[in-house]
Amino acid sequence: MTAVEPRATVEITVDGVSVDARPGEMLIAACERAGTYIPRFCYHPRMSPVGMCRMCLVEVDTGRGFALQPSCMVPVTEGMKVSTESEASKKAQDGVLEFLLINHPLDCPVCDKGGECPLQDQTMAYGPGETRFVEEKRHFPKPIAISETVFLDRERCILCDRCTRFADEVAGDALIHFMGRGNHTEVNTFTDEPFASYFSGNTVQICPVGALTAAPYRFKARPWDLTETLSTAWVDSVGSRVAVQASRNRVLRVLGADADAVNWGWLSDKERFGFEALNSDERLAAPIIRDAVGGDSREFRQAGWGEALEAVTAALAGASPERVAVLGGARLTNEAQYMWAKLAKGVVGTDNVDAQLGDGLDPQLVLGLTRATIDDACRPGGTVLLIGPDPKEELGTLYLRLRHAIVNDGVTLIEVTPHATGLSHLAAHSLRPRPGTTAGLVAELVAEAAAPGASGAEGSDPPRPELAAAAQSLAEAGDGVVVVLGRASLAEPASVINAAALELSRLPSARFLPALRRGNVMGALEAGLAPGLVPGRVLLDDVGDDSPLAQTWPRLPASAGLDAAGVLRAAARGDVDVLVLVGADPLNDFADRDLAYRGLRGASLVVAVDLFVNDSASLAARVVLAAAGPTECDGTFTNLEGRVSVMSRKVTPPGTARADWMIAADLSERLEPGSTSGLETSEAIRAELALVSEVHSSIASDALEADPMEGVLLPLPGTAADAEMVHAAADEDPGEGEFLLIAARTMYDDGVMLRHCPSSRGLAPAATARINPADAGGAGLEAGAAVRVVSDFGHIEATLTFDDGVPAGSLRVDWLAPGAPANALIAEGTEVTLVRVETR
Amino acid sequence: MTLSAANEARAAEIISMFPRPRSALIPLLHLAQAQDGYLTDEAMRRIGELVGATPAEVKGTAGFYEMFRFEPLGTYLVNVCTNISCFLWGGEELLEHACESLGVEVGGTTDDRMFTVEEAECIAACTEAPCLQVNYRYRGRMTPDDFDRLIEDLRDGRVDVAGHGVLAQVSQMIPADRLAGVVPPERAREAPVWLGRNEAGVTG
Repeated sequence: MTAVEPRATVEITVDGVSVDARPGEMLIAACERAGTYIPRFCYHPRMSPVGMCRMCLVEVDTGRGFALQPSCMVPVTEGMKVSTESEASKKAQDGVLEFLLINHPLDCPVCDKGGECPLQDQTMAYGPGETRFVEEKRHFPKPIAISETVFLDRERCILCDRCTRFADEVAGDALIHFMGRGNHTEVNTFTDEPFASYFSGNTVQICPVGALTAAPYRFKARPWDLTETLSTAWVDSVGSRVAVQASRNRVLRVLGADADAVNWGWLSDKERFGFEALNSDERLAAPIIRDAVGGDSREFRQAGWGEALEAVTAALAGASPERVAVLGGARLTNEAQYMWAKLAKGVVGTDNVDAQLGDGLDPQLVLGLTRATIDDACRPGGTVLLIGPDPKEELGTLYLRLRHAIVNDGVTLIEVTPHATGLSHLAAHSLRPRPGTTAGLVAELVAEAAAPGASGAEGSDPPRPELAAAAQSLAEAGDGVVVVLGRASLAEPASVINAAALELSRLPSARFLPALRRGNVMGALEAGLAPGLVPGRVLLDDVGDDSPLAQTWPRLPASAGLDAAGVLRAAARGDVDVLVLVGADPLNDFADRDLAYRGLRGASLVVAVDLFVNDSASLAARVVLAAAGPTECDGTFTNLEGRVSVMSRKVTPPGTARADWMIAADLSERLEPGSTSGLETSEAIRAELALVSEVHSSIASDALEADPMEGVLLPLPGTAADAEMVHAAADEDPGEGEFLLIAARTMYDDGVMLRHCPSSRGLAPAATARINPADAGGAGLEAGAAVRVVSDFGHIEATLTFDDGVPAGSLRVDWLAPGAPANALIAEGTEVTLVRVETR
Repeated sequence: MTLSAANEARAAEIISMFPRPRSALIPLLHLAQAQDGYLTDEAMRRIGELVGATPAEVKGTAGFYEMFRFEPLGTYLVNVCTNISCFLWGGEELLEHACESLGVEVGGTTDDRMFTVEEAECIAACTEAPCLQVNYRYRGRMTPDDFDRLIEDLRDGRVDVAGHGVLAQVSQMIPADRLAGVVPPERAREAPVWLGRNEAGVTG
């Protein structure tokens, strides 16, 4: 017997034309690729088929004569004949539409979906011209708020199962479900349990009628008044592709675009609704300055750009380069990052530049580790090692991709995180290192995977079968291990994770997906916004005199500078004359609130470049330059895998706010006339970046235009990191009544952008202190008690909660809960933070 | 209310009979309805925890079945059939009489929470038309007078009818050696136990 060769293609006949389909593909998809559109409501290419709506009925002949079949449920088979235009097909589709319209209100003129509604469009194309239904239609109370942002109009719902399927299959938050039966079937939530999903906005986008609407867009515009442009989401580092839609110079809606390599059309609600902050009345529309900081009567006053830039120029010109520092820049486009790098390093000559605020990883390590893409991590049958943040909280669309890969494609997840994550219930192995000991545990895991028994996990006392099992799984993974690497807890210093990464780079085939969180942080590192680096992953020390960079930039810093912690320490000592915060808020983001405070107050002049006056600027800035937002300037974005995609200007910035690159260019020109000549558009800047940085040579404009959806992947770093890092694992035992602190970020917090998003503002969870129920007894603690979490460095007030996801002996707080900044508890450089709980 | 301690134990037992906890969802719903007379939110939440489903999924599943209730019913649920055979033999009039004599609308419950009257589609007892059910127990060839007598008997406790929770009617004790011995398909390594029994000629 000969083995059956799997076929590469399956030949089917669509309306008499022979078509090559992919084996296993559904008929509706095969027809669509061949150019024949079959109408549908429930079918969605990114979800499993259900055959709910019957709209895609077509006549199919598989050898027994033509019969009507739902083409979304029929996989193609060799020799299949399809007739999409036959009388029977047309009559079936016409009949389905007439049935759907029996209960669907004809309120298209007042419906938000009108004009872009699949039901409306397909009724016009395939349906009856008139209704025979003269009876009264069904009525329901409406609209029903099924969450803070999403509203349900039951009369319009056609029960296609898209939203409920999304909630269950894609998001894993099955908080909406069909309830009732037959004529009484309806989409509903459980009593008092709203559809509080981080991804709820996707259901609005995929609803084929106007049954689901989202608060930010309800009754704001008609689709035909909107114009749209393809851009990139800016709130996290996944770089989801989006369509930004605006009318009359105001962004009104952001939709997910289906980039196969990135977000598959999905968005987190923060990516989708984050644009609301850009429309806030509190946006800075012009520079503001104040003569002194601290006195209560010394308020900011509005200033002209000339006056504000002159003040900054004078300060920069008067300071010696090593007394100037620039923090932040992850908000910027690649082009603006390059211009700020050039201003700081090439014009001013300081290397005290850091886009990460101590909450990321060693930039040289990130740029040196063998990189994996999202697709690599989600490769069927692969293994993902998560040593980093909860993707559900910090990198929404990456979470959706990983979840899909684990659930559907047999990806094995091993997580090494100090607390449970949104993926824990899907993880094959969950190891919970005590805060401070991640690197040690990873070292044991790697050793055990290389040689079972090496780490003594089996024979240790107590035995650790979880470690042995995880190691075995890792050893069996072969060359498919992708490490999602980031900071799970900001109470654990970066050095711990850096050391863990070095341990892992000893695994022969491990590749890394850096789970750095903030916006375009990868672009910032690639553009040299980090100490000791210049654009293009080149060390400052390695820049040759005849290199294009040295030829292009007026000067280079004399030596490697300080990172964010170093800058703040120097500023606190009084050693920083000018501190520029480019979209940075160290007071809230740096893992030592006291040092951030002292640094901000200690710098002679603090200049902020931002959309809002954030807490740091409010505390210390004397000049705040109004910057354009992400929908207001052209440029490119580099996501966490190194994929460069376009960000497009859709509207004009408020007032006289300027693009970040223009501000940097203006300052450069004032300090060093001629240093930016010719750099008058983002394309020109990109051309110069491609000239000075070999890594960026692949992003010339025509390359980006070739595939605007998927973007261009920068050459992936392929060399294993060779940095030597000695890290002694800290392993402190908490004393009586003490806990090891875990501080992890949440999707919604008290960050300045979210504060200005009306629909997200109320979603930041109130401060909680979460401990394992097992820890409650001895300390006499009760859930719901108002407590004060106290460390040696500060305290915050919170509500005590029991959480099985927090290991015994640890206490978890959210990073930036309203009124309870976790960084008040932490001192920079401390390996392990011990806290106590006091009842209030 | 949530599940009682005894029902928690019974729930654990039921779950252990299925290859996956989720498969036990409907039996557990029966258990909760037998306990409270209807499905309380607390019980559905607890069942969700036990089988690994969200409360919305639990309620969505329960909502598909008409005999799961989300509101409290009277002690006795009276279903009067008005389908074709019963209709011809006076089912409509019987329903009207029931509502009038008990003083409730169709679907309503008497103030003393003794009786709930509902209209039923064909309950497959056409030979006994007009018929009704009290807590799903059949009463055939009912006249309005028969109905009044039945209500009186029920009020006075002269007739004993089990509760309208359906578990009482379906629960059965299966000896351990007769259990199917199911395992999840992905863990199945050998033929199921019952197949071996069948092949050995043991039937029943």
